[in-house]
Amino acid sequence: MSELVNKQQAAVALAGDTFSPARDHHHHPPHLAHHFDTLEQQFASGKLGMWVFLATELLMFGGLFCAYSVYRHNHPEIFEFGHQYLDKTLGAINTIVLITSSLTMAWGVREAQLGHNKRLALCLILTLLGGAGFMCIKTVEYHAKWEHRVFAGRWDQYDPRYKGPQVPHEPPTNEPEAQAEQQIKNNKMLPQTTMEPQNMPTLPQGANPGYGAALATPQAATAPSEAAATTQAGPMLQAGDAYADPNAGTADAAKIHPMQGVPAGLATRVHAEGKWEVKFDDLPKTEQDHVLTFFNLYFLMTGLHGIHVLVGMGLICWILIRSMKHEFGPTYFAPVDLVGLYWHLVDLIWIFLFPLLYLIH
Amino acid sequence: MSAITGNLGLATKQPEHKSDNYLTHGKGIKSWLFSLDHKRIGLMYMIGVLTAFFIGGVFAMLLRTKLLTPGLMYTHNEADEWNFYNHCFTLHGAFMVFMFIIPAIPAVLGNFVLPMMLGAKDVAFPRLNLGSLWCWIIGSIFFGWVLLGGILHAAFGPFANYWANALIPAGLDTGWTFYTPYSTAKAANGTVEALLGIFILGFSSILTGVNFIATIHMLRPKGMTWFRMPLFLWSLYATSIIQILATPVLAITGLLLLAERTLGVGIFDPALGGDPVMYQHFFWFYSHPAVYIMILPAMGVISEVITAHTRKHVFGYNFIAYSSIAIAMLSFLVWGHHLFVSGQSPLANAIFSILTFAIAVPSAIKVFNWVSTMWRGDIRFTTPMICALSFIILFTFGGLTGLFLGALSNDVHVTGTYFIVAHFHYVMVGSALFAFLAGLYHWWPKMFGKMTNKTVGNIAAILLLIGFNLTFFVQFIAGAKGLPRRYASYPPEFHKYMVTSTIGAYVMAVALFMMAGNLLAALINGKKAPANPWGANTLEWHTASPPPHDNFPVEPVAGDPYDMGSWVWDEATEQWVLDEDHARTVAGTEPTVHQH
Repeated sequence: MSELVNKQQAAVALAGDTFSPARDHHHHPPHLAHHFDTLEQQFASGKLGMWVFLATELLMFGGLFCAYSVYRHNHPEIFEFGHQYLDKTLGAINTIVLITSSLTMAWGVREAQLGHNKRLALCLILTLLGGAGFMCIKTVEYHAKWEHRVFAGRWDQYDPRYKGPQVPHEPPTNEPEAQAEQQIKNNKMLPQTTMEPQNMPTLPQGANPGYGAALATPQAATAPSEAAATTQAGPMLQAGDAYADPNAGTADAAKIHPMQGVPAGLATRVHAEGKWEVKFDDLPKTEQDHVLTFFNLYFLMTGLHGIHVLVGMGLICWILIRSMKHEFGPTYFAPVDLVGLYWHLVDLIWIFLFPLLYLIH
Repeated sequence: MSAITGNLGLATKQPEHKSDNYLTHGKGIKSWLFSLDHKRIGLMYMIGVLTAFFIGGVFAMLLRTKLLTPGLMYTHNEADEWNFYNHCFTLHGAFMVFMFIIPAIPAVLGNFVLPMMLGAKDVAFPRLNLGSLWCWIIGSIFFGWVLLGGILHAAFGPFANYWANALIPAGLDTGWTFYTPYSTAKAANGTVEALLGIFILGFSSILTGVNFIATIHMLRPKGMTWFRMPLFLWSLYATSIIQILATPVLAITGLLLLAERTLGVGIFDPALGGDPVMYQHFFWFYSHPAVYIMILPAMGVISEVITAHTRKHVFGYNFIAYSSIAIAMLSFLVWGHHLFVSGQSPLANAIFSILTFAIAVPSAIKVFNWVSTMWRGDIRFTTPMICALSFIILFTFGGLTGLFLGALSNDVHVTGTYFIVAHFHYVMVGSALFAFLAGLYHWWPKMFGKMTNKTVGNIAAILLLIGFNLTFFVQFIAGAKGLPRRYASYPPEFHKYMVTSTIGAYVMAVALFMMAGNLLAALINGKKAPANPWGANTLEWHTASPPPHDNFPVEPVAGDPYDMGSWVWDEATEQWVLDEDHARTVAGTEPTVHQH
């Protein structure tokens, strides 16, 4: 900096000017960049820049929210059906975790303003723990989705290109109780779904369904032997339906006659437990093709949000290190404030995601 | 007062001393590549952007040369020929739009001039500014990769090796718009790399926008109220609003398309419950405002150039300033006019049509004000002025044909024809490129302290204008007669139009090479430029040419940016010098009263 000042002075002197005290750098606060006059101006600029950047973040998520509203408007049943795979309890816990981490972050900003760097570090560590907790719970949820074979794109069992696992995770048995037990073991993270194990998309050995075929075998609970027979016959021609698909077995079968093989009687079936309010078979035929839209949006929205949480955690680590060096105080706390703003935005987006995805009625 | 005298000192006396300007402040490649100086970043952007312009131009020449004949030009079989043509027009569009026109004026001229117009030492966030440059470089590397991959594939055919195929994309043939389902299903496999490149280039654009908004809000000098800002700053401010609000939508669109291509999610695929028209909505929600990212700063440059080279206070300052903001706002409401034939509802079509007409109003206000500025002005036919006059002509053509296209019934007739091609080239090349050249010529003396040769520059500019009209005016006629765009071949009755167009393109190429030579020659043996070669009064002319590292040795006080009366021609030194008495009455906080 002194070199710069010297050069500048030299330049002014050579240009034949009187040196103006307005550009005197001698009493320069350590964190003040050369192109700002005061720390206040620097702080206000940073804050404005951050708000502008947050506007871009909102617009970016806005694209996804827009896609969400269009598809939910066009396919309301799909969203009601798909959201049943999501665990409201875990979602609610995550919401609380993230809001709490926002509180510790805001507290940290206050401590930074007061110059309490140790307390700031504590707040930041708590915030980090909140972020890490959120991501851990999210991982558990994602893992459960993977187990249920609902995932984005061609890894989603509702996708016509879905090939199914070569070796199913849990080969189903024909005894309903053992099967139910197995399911409960598999899905203990998803309590509301354990009551209806037959709707879990655990595919029978060797099955290679087309559209949503896995959920088209709900009779297994009442007639396990029939279900076993069904697995041999293939999903399209199951349940004794008289319809014979001329395209059966061709690659385009599912596209040409999506779910033509599902018996009409199933559409009115309402489950006694009342847990699964919308069944796959209750969906209108045309909508059954589009079920994976919900999961695509779910994974894109929560995935992008998760990346933002990770970025936020990285930023918090950065100011944590700086707080350990006692860099912040009443005159300089801008980085903590700005990272805090970012963290609150990430929190805010989740507060919208949670009801939009988990709490659909 | 010391501020003002300091100002005058530098403005009137050129520092003889060579070692103190931003070009010589710090040596070695690192002092450039990692410089936080907005002026150096602007120059590096210029090198990059002009390289992209050159590559895009080569593709343009390949396209036009191909269209000399409806048959085969480069290869011996039709499939290869058509394929080659598709790759060429895609990369022509992508290089020109994403790497040249969008960053050209804000990132090159804006970066260089904006802090100086504010009398500031730098933009608000110099490190973000450097980050923006590097985002541009990295994003462009992705496109370079696609280009190189396309060439390798063309030369050595499909590769047997799995990794070679995966890592070397077979070029890009989706068109620069990446419309689904071409981009998700049929297209060559460079789409993923290109989308990553666009995502990163988008960050470059966003960071520039954030920087400019914060700088304009926070770093205005003493005496500069919002309505004393140079009009270029108003237009850059409006541009930045679009950059920060529209670019993230492109980013998410790109991510969705990437997810569709790699994971196979069906957001835009009707077979999977998606909607391809949604892609068009998303894409144009960015890309229509992006048209104004290209044209708004161009309008700002023209406002500066016209008033400076007419030696007259700009006419209708408030109208020009407000119309920039109005264009920025309206630009978000007209994207649907790209979807008139995409199955949009008739009601939406009608609304978008009306809004499209509405945005013509602020654009026209600007044209009227520029013309009124020239009225009874002291017009000097310098090279920037010739470019600016060409801009007004071409922008009027481009704008009025835009109204033809905004009119629903007519649009249905000419959609997908050369009429569209001609229209948007009149706006994006005829207007944005000419304004960029006007700005380059206008600020070249400030950037390098050297004057360009006026005769050569003027001949080149006029040649460019002629070549441009030769190329694109006939395309209006061909399009109105129904010649469809994007095809590598055409019916024989259109042969004469296509040949004329190609000849025009060659003329343009010659003119652009002349300009490049003219600008480079100025660096080598150009006349030394004074601090204020045009007698303009915006603050960047109040410091030396080239400016010192910190722009101003003393903080300037801003007055009326268009008060031409404060600069008088000094016969003895053949320079514009600041009339100190006049300047004293102008600088300060009182509104300016001035006579011409």
